[in-house]
Amino acid sequence: MLRIKGLTKRYRTGDLALKGIDIDVPDGQVMALIGPSGAGKSTVIRCINRLVEPTSGTITLNDTEIVALSSGNLRRMRRRMGMIFQEYALVERLSVMENVLSGRLGYVGFWQSWARKFPQSDIDEAFRLLARVGLDHMADKRADELSGGQRQRVGICRALIQNPELLLVDEPTASLDPKTSRQIMRLIKELCGERKLAAIINIHDVMLAQMFAERIVGLKLGEIVYDGPPDKLTPAVLTEIYGEEDWASTIRKADDDAEPVDEVAPATPSIERDRLAGLT
Amino acid sequence: MSLALPAAPRRWKKPPAIKRAWLRWTLIVGAAVYLSLALGTTHVNWARVWEGLPRGIQFITAFLPPDFTSRWTEIVEGIAETLWMTVAATVVGIVLSVPVGIGAARNIAPLPVYYFCRSVLAVSRSFQEIILAIFFVKLFGFGPFAGFVTLSFATIGFYGKLLAEDIEDMDASQAEAVRATGAGWLQWLNYGVQPQVMPRMIGLGLYRLDINFRESAVVGIVGGGGIGATLNTSFDRYEFDSAAAIILIIIAIVMAVEYSSGYLRRWVQ
Amino acid sequence: MMSDAIVIPKKVWQRRDRKTQFAVWLAWLFGTAVFVYCFQLISERTIWAFVLDAPAQAVDLGSRMVPPAWGYIHYLWRPIWDTLNIATLGTIISIVIAVPIAYCAARNTTPSVAFVRPVALFIIVASRSINSLIWALMLVTIVGPGVFAGIIAIGLRSIGFVAKLLYEAIEEIDESQVEAVRATGASPAQTTVYGIVPQVMPAFAGITVFRWDINIRESTVLGLVGAGGIGLELNAAITQLYWTQVSLMLLVIIATVILSEWVSAKVRHAII
Repeated sequence: MLRIKGLTKRYRTGDLALKGIDIDVPDGQVMALIGPSGAGKSTVIRCINRLVEPTSGTITLNDTEIVALSSGNLRRMRRRMGMIFQEYALVERLSVMENVLSGRLGYVGFWQSWARKFPQSDIDEAFRLLARVGLDHMADKRADELSGGQRQRVGICRALIQNPELLLVDEPTASLDPKTSRQIMRLIKELCGERKLAAIINIHDVMLAQMFAERIVGLKLGEIVYDGPPDKLTPAVLTEIYGEEDWASTIRKADDDAEPVDEVAPATPSIERDRLAGLT
Repeated sequence: MSLALPAAPRRWKKPPAIKRAWLRWTLIVGAAVYLSLALGTTHVNWARVWEGLPRGIQFITAFLPPDFTSRWTEIVEGIAETLWMTVAATVVGIVLSVPVGIGAARNIAPLPVYYFCRSVLAVSRSFQEIILAIFFVKLFGFGPFAGFVTLSFATIGFYGKLLAEDIEDMDASQAEAVRATGAGWLQWLNYGVQPQVMPRMIGLGLYRLDINFRESAVVGIVGGGGIGATLNTSFDRYEFDSAAAIILIIIAIVMAVEYSSGYLRRWVQ
Repeated sequence: MMSDAIVIPKKVWQRRDRKTQFAVWLAWLFGTAVFVYCFQLISERTIWAFVLDAPAQAVDLGSRMVPPAWGYIHYLWRPIWDTLNIATLGTIISIVIAVPIAYCAARNTTPSVAFVRPVALFIIVASRSINSLIWALMLVTIVGPGVFAGIIAIGLRSIGFVAKLLYEAIEEIDESQVEAVRATGASPAQTTVYGIVPQVMPAFAGITVFRWDINIRESTVLGLVGAGGIGLELNAAITQLYWTQVSLMLLVIIATVILSEWVSAKVRHAII
């Protein structure tokens, strides 16, 4: 499990982005991190794999302390955490397959990766993952030829091929349309369920967070102001997180939407997968 | 469609950048053949190169310290001449290139004018400044005037072409709107075309000033006046410390011009 | 009753306010003054009789240049080949040196902003400030006349050009793609190869071909200072007043330049 204790981050500009955060994420839990822009959601995620260096505090993943790791050990640690990005962050001029295989970079040597000579087991796994998200027929397409939803699926494959113990997800739906957003969120949730993976999902869309997360943490100005199940997210809590606004309609709409989506949920993924795989 | 998946593990290899195999191999073999031929036929007199190395070292050591003093008056004269040439040639070149550039824009010039202006630009761009300078020195005699004409002519090619392309790329609807008000041709240029191309052209003018300074340093080598002549003389006399001083001054001025033109460009835009 | 007494002033519209108007006017005045002064100084050093005689001279020269000495073309194949080699080999040398310099000069990849970057930037500026003809002039005195001096001169001049455009391309890359590769646990070398190289590759290829095209043009004149190629023949023909040969060589140069421009445009089009 992931344990964050007293995590503080002060940027060089002097801004205090995080003020002593404590979060425990047990194995297999999908947790959503919500909050207004600038609340520090992105900083939390990036501190966990140290793309941003924490100022103080401790982060342990399955008994390994991350903050104190040397750079070599940090790289080994990063292999154990998959990250999915806002705007996909695929290397656009590499092919889909190369993007997925780049998830294995931490496991292969430099010259091996330079010559694109990955072990056959990695390639099998890559094809399996691409088939799982319905993209295996696109393996040799360049990433910039894909649509937004397809790119994010490739991003998910890149994170999962690392065989991670934890998934860090940064605004996965920020540049997707509402339908694709739901599909992507559902895919992430399913995959976490299949692999008993814990995930931290930064998301600004409260509705999606309520629909797909088991637990919600609300962040405001670098402090946790809510930590609990999605159905306890009352208008009062949202006002506390985001400020004054008419929240009742947001929550009700989320409930309304959730019903029909849940009804078709078992059927949709397989149909969707077949369609994307070019089988229908 | 069949759902059966191949039983054997799927191989994956990075697809080659050039898909057609014959083309890929032609290019690879062609490049290899060319390189071996080029290297094989390039005669290098290694004995002479070896002999020259001490002189090279002497040249490099001449930079510490360079000799600014012994040829100071010539250097100042040369630099001053170069600067006049640069400024005058840039101004004249740009003024002359405006009508040529307008004439070479397909979307506003009639066809005969277009072809005429395009060929002027092609001639001006095909020849290196140095070749032009040789002929202008023959025609106008030694001295800065030949350099000035050379640079003006080269500026026409550069600036006229970019101006023409800019006009061709402009937003036609804006220009059309101005024409719809019943404006005359010159008014149309002034209100419909000029505002669209002006900011970029000011920037390019400053950029050309920069290029002209660099080029004017070399037209002197073939007799076009300026610092190039001074530099050539000091090389001919093996006065490496003076040459080093001149080169340092050129670098300093180029940097100054580049920075100030960059600053001015940002200020204008 | 009262309203009658109020005089409504006519609104005056001006394109610029008075201060801006004045500044613009002053800038024009200053610019014109500088130009007139410069031209004045040039004209002082000019023998105007020569200039006035120039049209007649030009006609005379032109008449002596036709028809081009077509038969002489057989002597030119070798110089043309040399010119091509100077440009191509020089470009290759410059790329080999420019890539690491660009890597050191780009703010996001440099090993040290305080120390390595300024050195790399200085190399770039020094290489760019000095025209290839001046480089050739220096190298001819050092390593002797010939193709070798030309190749090195083109190489040295191109380093700055290629490195400058390349490091700007590196600075403009999308950092999030690099971050994503880093997050997988990739080493710095792997991050460069997977995150940065694919992003700058098209720019790099474009810059290379562009510079090669420029280098063809420049290598046609290096011979004037003794650095090999067709310029050498051109210089000889001009000093010996063989004008029909000169005109042939000019045609050959135009053809080469147009051809190289066509090739470079084709290749760049294929890349993008």
